[in-house]
Amino acid sequence: MISLDVNGKKYKVDVHPETPLLWVIRETLGLTGTKYSCGMALCGACTVHVEGEAVRSCVTPVSSVDGKRITTIEGIGRTKEGKAIQEAWISDDVPQCGYCQSGQIMAAVALLKRNPRPADTEIDKTMSGILCRCGTYQRIRGAIHRAAKRMSKGGER
Amino acid sequence: MKEIVHLSRRSFLKKGMLVGGGLILGFHLPLRGSLSGASNPSGVTFMPNAFIRIGADDIVIIIVNKSEMGQGVYTSLPMLVAEELEVDWKKIRVEAAPVDPAYNHTQWGAQGTGGSTSVWSEWDRLRKVGATARMMLINAAAEIWKVGPASCRAEKGFVIQKGTGQRISYGKLVEKASQMKVPKDVPLKEPKDFKVIGKSMRRLDTPEKTIGKAIFGMDVKVPGMLTAMVVHPPVFGGHVKSFNAEKAKAVPGVKEVVQIDLGVAIIAEGFWSANKGREALEIVWDEGPLAKISTEGMRGEFSRLAQTPGAVARKEGDPQQTFSKAAKQLHAEYEVPYLAHACMEPLNCLVDLRTNSCEIWTGTQMQTMDQNAAARVAGLKPEQVKIYTTFLGGGFGRRANPQSDFVAEAVSVAKAIKKPVKVIWTREDDMKGGYYRPMWYDQIAAGLNDQGNLIAWQHTIVGQSILSGTPFDPKKDVDPASVEGAGDTPYEIPNIFVNLHSPKMGIPVLWWRSVGHSHTAFVVESFMDEVAHSAGKDPYEFRCILLRKHPRHLGVLKLAAEKSGWGKALPKGRGRGIAVHESFGSFVAQVAEVSVNSSGQVRVHKVVCTIDCGRIVNLDTIKAQMESGIVFGLSAVLHGEITFKNGRVDQSNFHDYPLLRMNEMPVVEVYIVPSEEKSGGVGEPGVPPIAPAVCNAIFSVTGKRIRRLPIRVEELKKT
Repeated sequence: MISLDVNGKKYKVDVHPETPLLWVIRETLGLTGTKYSCGMALCGACTVHVEGEAVRSCVTPVSSVDGKRITTIEGIGRTKEGKAIQEAWISDDVPQCGYCQSGQIMAAVALLKRNPRPADTEIDKTMSGILCRCGTYQRIRGAIHRAAKRMSKGGER
Repeated sequence: MKEIVHLSRRSFLKKGMLVGGGLILGFHLPLRGSLSGASNPSGVTFMPNAFIRIGADDIVIIIVNKSEMGQGVYTSLPMLVAEELEVDWKKIRVEAAPVDPAYNHTQWGAQGTGGSTSVWSEWDRLRKVGATARMMLINAAAEIWKVGPASCRAEKGFVIQKGTGQRISYGKLVEKASQMKVPKDVPLKEPKDFKVIGKSMRRLDTPEKTIGKAIFGMDVKVPGMLTAMVVHPPVFGGHVKSFNAEKAKAVPGVKEVVQIDLGVAIIAEGFWSANKGREALEIVWDEGPLAKISTEGMRGEFSRLAQTPGAVARKEGDPQQTFSKAAKQLHAEYEVPYLAHACMEPLNCLVDLRTNSCEIWTGTQMQTMDQNAAARVAGLKPEQVKIYTTFLGGGFGRRANPQSDFVAEAVSVAKAIKKPVKVIWTREDDMKGGYYRPMWYDQIAAGLNDQGNLIAWQHTIVGQSILSGTPFDPKKDVDPASVEGAGDTPYEIPNIFVNLHSPKMGIPVLWWRSVGHSHTAFVVESFMDEVAHSAGKDPYEFRCILLRKHPRHLGVLKLAAEKSGWGKALPKGRGRGIAVHESFGSFVAQVAEVSVNSSGQVRVHKVVCTIDCGRIVNLDTIKAQMESGIVFGLSAVLHGEITFKNGRVDQSNFHDYPLLRMNEMPVVEVYIVPSEEKSGGVGEPGVPPIAPAVCNAIFSVTGKRIRRLPIRVEELKKT
């Protein structure tokens, strides 16, 4: 049995220890907001937070996160940065097909936690790990700036 | 699962329909947990037609017959209804239509999404649908108030009595409205009175796509469902000779291993066990007739074919004669590769097949064809097959397959194991699974007279036909999808010859966002640039002269030149390139600003994009689709290539089939040319001009002409 804390909820799962965290989240826990796309840590659609750090869940064996605190797209809105990013995403109408957006948001939130006012170059560096076939990159860049600005004003609109 | 209402068989058009929550429950199922989930699940509703359902809670559900794959139809189509219905935008919810003739494409006679047709093809129908429902609500209120309908008007979800100002909400009228006769020929609004159409409306699907609640095919689950993967032959046209499933079946979680038409299916408890089982599976393949093909071989074959006369797509004047007498002649060869759609959501399809029914959950662009294909495989009647269309994690044409490959295959797996099963394609399966944009080889030549005027044009195109062998087969020598954008080039050239070879290569090909235009715009617009430079003329001005009889081309060209500062100085090392192209009823010009470093790497700094798409519906969606098309096209310009060796596809995942990433994203500015013309498409027209705009810019800064995509850094490296 492996113990997981996902979005503040405690689970005990009986799965093969090598199973990637992605499939435990999606299939065992039924949280389908985290997406499968490449299975090789190339596209970032599966990005979740483990102890606050962005991690590619498609190549993370579930045994390696035993007992750790995991946050997915379904829980990220409860953090200050998560809320700001999601609001900015909605303001700028970022998503198109939407399939990569959970990964984009999780990566963007991790970036803002690390650096509350990232410059374009840092946004580009961090966000280049997450592919978007619909090409929402320009809006992602803008929405991250918008969220950062809003947060620096102490949540003022 | 509950039976779906057969809409076309109900008498929508005679009378409104009053349905209780129970009856329409089946109708809610396609998007469980989605936009529609919380809206009027019980109680009385007013359903004046197949597209609108109003609940006593004032919620207006708009049933959308197009698949949402990012292009914004779940917002733009409700806007058409909302404009005429006069409804509070906040009360609108969207539901995916089931497969039913009531939801057929107005032009195709089948249900489907593609060809950048959604908005213009629904422009009349959905406005009429909204206006008719509004009139029924007004009539209902008038009857209650015992006044004439002319003394009532509708606004934001209320019917209001003129003079008294008395008002009643749509929700309170549902019962009465359902008893009203459906009025005929309700007048539609004049464009000057539009309140919704032409504005930027927030996408209705953004919130759920931002919190991880949007349901894609990959996310659907039904009780007792298993997960399957199918191992396909390594070579197209191959098949299974024999297989040994012993080790695969020993993998914990693997339930069954069965051979189906196109390979071997591993059925397991979940994705990971299926994948482990697959790794342990031993298959001996008969690789079939294509086992030796290679990209190099095909390129040779295409270039040899181009030396022979092809099927004539266009012939005007005397191109050969004029050409031989021209003061100056230009010749060039252009090549583009096979391309994968590479949707972020790999293909998948969930099937629950029972004795007399087949239920399918998938993100498809082609509901009617998939229904028919599923019925054929299952041995059922088409009406016994229900399709619940989920959100599509990208489509770009891949999910509109006349062969219904991923749907038919999933049904065959379900048929073999007699249990509900979701077939998931891995990224590798998806990348190697075919249905590519065809590879093209072009020979093109131009003749100039001694004043530098273009007097002759000869264009030979070689590549696989997409339509051939499908129900859309034009059964003519020239597949129009192969020559669109080339055979109908608007440039005024007195002597022109365009011809086509359509070799049968056996590689599965399919429409890829902008179809033939994705290739022809690159060739025509790059070569036009070559001709302009050769004539010693400015490429923008040269185009304007040859397009002087085409005001909409000129409109976007001029605006693009103005907004990009065409002709003005740029920082050292940067160059501009321009291209213009009409596709899917819209006109797009783009100016790209690029630099090339000493190792040959191209950086696209900025793209100015102008579009005339006729009358606009959702302003912000048009901008989003231009941004999207440019990124999609740039991936192909800079990276995309599917190649073959020994019959096998070389690429497998995003490391060897890279897509554009954030660090390569140019600044994109979009400007719209105001127009009262009929609406054109916006999903695809942003793609075609970007390749030539970028390559023309590269020429302006390096003097090197890119004639083969994707761009090879070796060609641009400073030596």
